[in-house]
Amino acid sequence: MLWIAIRMLTGDKTKFYGLLFGIAFSTLLITQQLTIFVNLIERGASGVYNEPNAQVWVMDPVSRTTDVNYALPATALDQVRAVPGVEWAVPHLRSVASVRTREGELEQVAIIGVDDTTLIGLPKSLFKGSRSVLSEPDAVIIDDGGTINMFGAGFDPVDERLELNDQRAVILGMADTIPAFTSTAVLYTKYSRALNFVPGTRNRMSFVLVGITEGETPEAVAQRIEAQTGLKAETREEFARAGVNFIIQNTGIPINFGITVILGFVVGVAIVGLTFSLFIRDNIKQFGALKAIGVSNAKIRRMVVAQASLVGFIGYALGVLGTVWFMWSFSGNPFFKGFYIPWQIPLISMVAVVIILAITGWLSLRSVLKTEPAAVFR
Amino acid sequence: MMIDTRAIGGCDPNAAICARNISRDFQTGQQTQRVLHNIDVDIEPGKMTYLVGESGSGKTTLISIMCGILYPTEGDVRVFGTEIYDLEDTKLVNFRLDNIGFIFQQYNLIPSIDAASNAAVPLIARGEDRHKAREKAVAMLEKLNIGDQAGKLPNQLSGGQQQRVAIARALVHEPRLVVCDEPTAALDATSGRRVMDLLREVAVSEDRACIIVTHDNRIFDLADRILVLEDGRITHDGTEMPKDH
Repeated sequence: MLWIAIRMLTGDKTKFYGLLFGIAFSTLLITQQLTIFVNLIERGASGVYNEPNAQVWVMDPVSRTTDVNYALPATALDQVRAVPGVEWAVPHLRSVASVRTREGELEQVAIIGVDDTTLIGLPKSLFKGSRSVLSEPDAVIIDDGGTINMFGAGFDPVDERLELNDQRAVILGMADTIPAFTSTAVLYTKYSRALNFVPGTRNRMSFVLVGITEGETPEAVAQRIEAQTGLKAETREEFARAGVNFIIQNTGIPINFGITVILGFVVGVAIVGLTFSLFIRDNIKQFGALKAIGVSNAKIRRMVVAQASLVGFIGYALGVLGTVWFMWSFSGNPFFKGFYIPWQIPLISMVAVVIILAITGWLSLRSVLKTEPAAVFR
Repeated sequence: MMIDTRAIGGCDPNAAICARNISRDFQTGQQTQRVLHNIDVDIEPGKMTYLVGESGSGKTTLISIMCGILYPTEGDVRVFGTEIYDLEDTKLVNFRLDNIGFIFQQYNLIPSIDAASNAAVPLIARGEDRHKAREKAVAMLEKLNIGDQAGKLPNQLSGGQQQRVAIARALVHEPRLVVCDEPTAALDATSGRRVMDLLREVAVSEDRACIIVTHDNRIFDLADRILVLEDGRITHDGTEMPKDH
């Protein structure tokens, strides 16, 4: 009977394609929007992820993220170095500056000052130049996303001169980074040089980056630092999560994306529900005849479940493939750099599709089950 | 000939259908309307029995009750010795599948499967292998002289061919009771008589009962027995229509 059910469904091509479209569109909308949402909010942690060495981040107790921070006194560095379990501790500066490009345009950039001697704080890999270029006078390394934002795609920024807070800076490298939540360009330079680029208050060290000794755990060392120094210390994972949470709590992004995801669900229910109901209504005589002939309600239920499953499976696959295609086709766009589809998202879409089909299938099935076999004689 | 069918006593052991004291009420708003009144009737195998009556006389309700698709408000129905309304729902459904073949007025063929698959539906519903069921259905279609149309979809067949497919579907599982609803309603006189001849040839046999629900007076002469229903009561039981009809 399942074969007959499938043929009944696929035989009515308009409705079959309508059902597929409904499920595929819903899946695409839910999967694609959730993917963008997750990747976007994960950018709140890009400052942490772009720094590959630090296992613990130490900061002023009021600091919240890599970008929302309150400067520490220089003495904090020695305090942290004195804590047992700390293998190394280096200063890290994060600030903003104004830059004037060769064309005379004004841009706001982020300045990251990395440790002068070890260069801890720099991203793991560079597209252009090497880490040693920071030893050159006035040298800065720009992030790849910032290059596109400031100079346009395909532009080679090496040897480009900038006027940075009224001081000369020369771009001598380009870093491969996860873009920040904002599209601000990021300039990496040595800590001591960053202090010159960003003059200001007495305290300017934003963070102390910490490596732990072998046999210690980041959590234990962070707790010890907090206990001994009174500063806030977070492990890499905790601080990354704090960056994500900050975006969730302080922007309208979750609500906006949430609305789109709910709309995807509602559109799915509406399209699939209407089409499925029409399909069932058009075939109600046939279902009635089958019931009269001797097809039980249990078999009818299985037939409708088979029809819903087929539509769900193909529609869901098309929707997920559509999302994969979307991500692939936009992978060259700097906005989508590093975007990926977390495995949980297709699972969530699948649950949504199952719910959509369960609701619409149940509504449609009710009319079939209510149909008296005797109705075929009327 | 007018007879009092209520006077019939116990069931004939050879009867295909033995219905006793059948009443059926329908609810219309606040009111209850009785459409069948204490009907007693036996249907014998080997005969083509017509159930005749005007629209609203209760013939559809009676046939629905006699073939196990509508519960009576009162009364019992025994089909080939089985009290069908004492059966559980699932067993009643299976009983219909095994013992009754239906030919609907509008055929109710599934539009997206071919003629052979349509004819094979009762066998497939029983759980038989689809390909074997189809072979049997094709054989039945050949018996009905439309074997060459087996691979066509219903919308590629003429009305007469669709009806033959419906007949094949009703007979393919060799039921002991065949119920046919208004088989000639949409046909001209010649085609109608041809269909009835065909039904007599393939549907009537020693161990099979055939009930035709009709109000088509052009085919009354082809009946072995005619039951006339008026206002929910059997008012005539004979081999011919009463003169006043």
